[in-house]
Amino acid sequence: MGKVKLKKQDIWIDMTPMSDVMTLLLCFFMLTSTFVKPEPVKVVTPSSVSEIKVPEKDVLNILVDKTGKVFMSMDNQIYLEQAVLEVTGNFNIDLNGAQLAAFKADPMFGTPLNVLKDYLNKEESERAKALKELGIPTDSIDGGLSEFQEWVKAARSANPDLKVALKADSDTPYKTIRNIMSELQDINENRYYLITSLKTSED
Amino acid sequence: MAKQKKSRQKKSQTRVDFTPMVDMMMLLITFFMLCTSLAKPQTMELSMPTNDKNLEDQDKSVTKASYTITIYVTADNQIHYVEGMPKYDDPTCLKKTTWGKDGIRKVLITHVTEDNTQPIQQVMLAKAKLDQKRHQNPKFTQQMYDDELRKIKAGEIDGNKIQTMTIIIKATDNASYLNVIDALDEMQICSVGKYVIDKITPDDLKLLEEAGVKE
Repeated sequence: MGKVKLKKQDIWIDMTPMSDVMTLLLCFFMLTSTFVKPEPVKVVTPSSVSEIKVPEKDVLNILVDKTGKVFMSMDNQIYLEQAVLEVTGNFNIDLNGAQLAAFKADPMFGTPLNVLKDYLNKEESERAKALKELGIPTDSIDGGLSEFQEWVKAARSANPDLKVALKADSDTPYKTIRNIMSELQDINENRYYLITSLKTSED
Repeated sequence: MAKQKKSRQKKSQTRVDFTPMVDMMMLLITFFMLCTSLAKPQTMELSMPTNDKNLEDQDKSVTKASYTITIYVTADNQIHYVEGMPKYDDPTCLKKTTWGKDGIRKVLITHVTEDNTQPIQQVMLAKAKLDQKRHQNPKFTQQMYDDELRKIKAGEIDGNKIQTMTIIIKATDNASYLNVIDALDEMQICSVGKYVIDKITPDDLKLLEEAGVKE
């Protein structure tokens, strides 16, 4: 009996080194990682051998999905606010404080301006659902600037160092991409980044 | 003796069980691993020509016909090319090829110009030499490498100036974005300095149609 008791006492594993390692790992992950921004639509980027990284800041992300819906995001909240105020100002839309806060809280934006107010009045979970069906219109009315161009222009005037990054699905027909590229060219945005993933196998 | 025993017992009592802490750490690590993206996506830098219609024709650079290749990116992953200027009345100038190493890349590398040179091969060899140089010399900075590479891409190899190729990429409406990126990728691999994504013209469409290519 005594022997058995002794054995039981011996099974005590010291967890201190393990918790040390865990803390180390945790610190590593917290410091190196950036959070995934939830995107309203699923986009699979094509792969390339290019090894240039996405710029760290001052980026205007343009997300294009398979069907040609366009969404945008800006990393800097201050410039985002300036841009949205400029665009809504141009179209005589008055956003109240709550609506503006709702706009800034969303990870990505992409609503036609005529439904922007209704959209912002919705609850957050409702908004995420509704956004999937929306998207910034890229066709211009009566030859003027399209809403898409207005947004890019506003973002550019809010932040002159802005870099435009285009992230499109690999199955997008070139027609949509060409449309967006030529819209960007029309407002003299001739330099931009195409976001791709790294090609792993060399063929 | 009795005193000693007591103190020993006290010492063993200061041991803290770290198991719950480890559990919590595991949980946090799993959370961070799932919610974050470690690998930043890659990008390609792209500069498009301006849409400005006021540009004079004389401002545009002129290249010899045999120093250009036009690549047509069409629907269903198809790729065709024309060496030299497209002859719009002769559909046989349009040749079919495939993506990847044995297809379009081979076409680009083995292209022989009217001056009997292979500019893309020369440029790629020069780049390979530069890569080797950088590999051997640890003091070679990224800045120096980029400068050298730019020179090579512009056609300055070992002090000699050679004429480089110009690649024109034309994609039809039904071509996928993936294929356009693949085409741009080939430009990166072959170190082509001058390439442009051009709009497809009605003449191009007619040529493709006559050659029986699905647009």
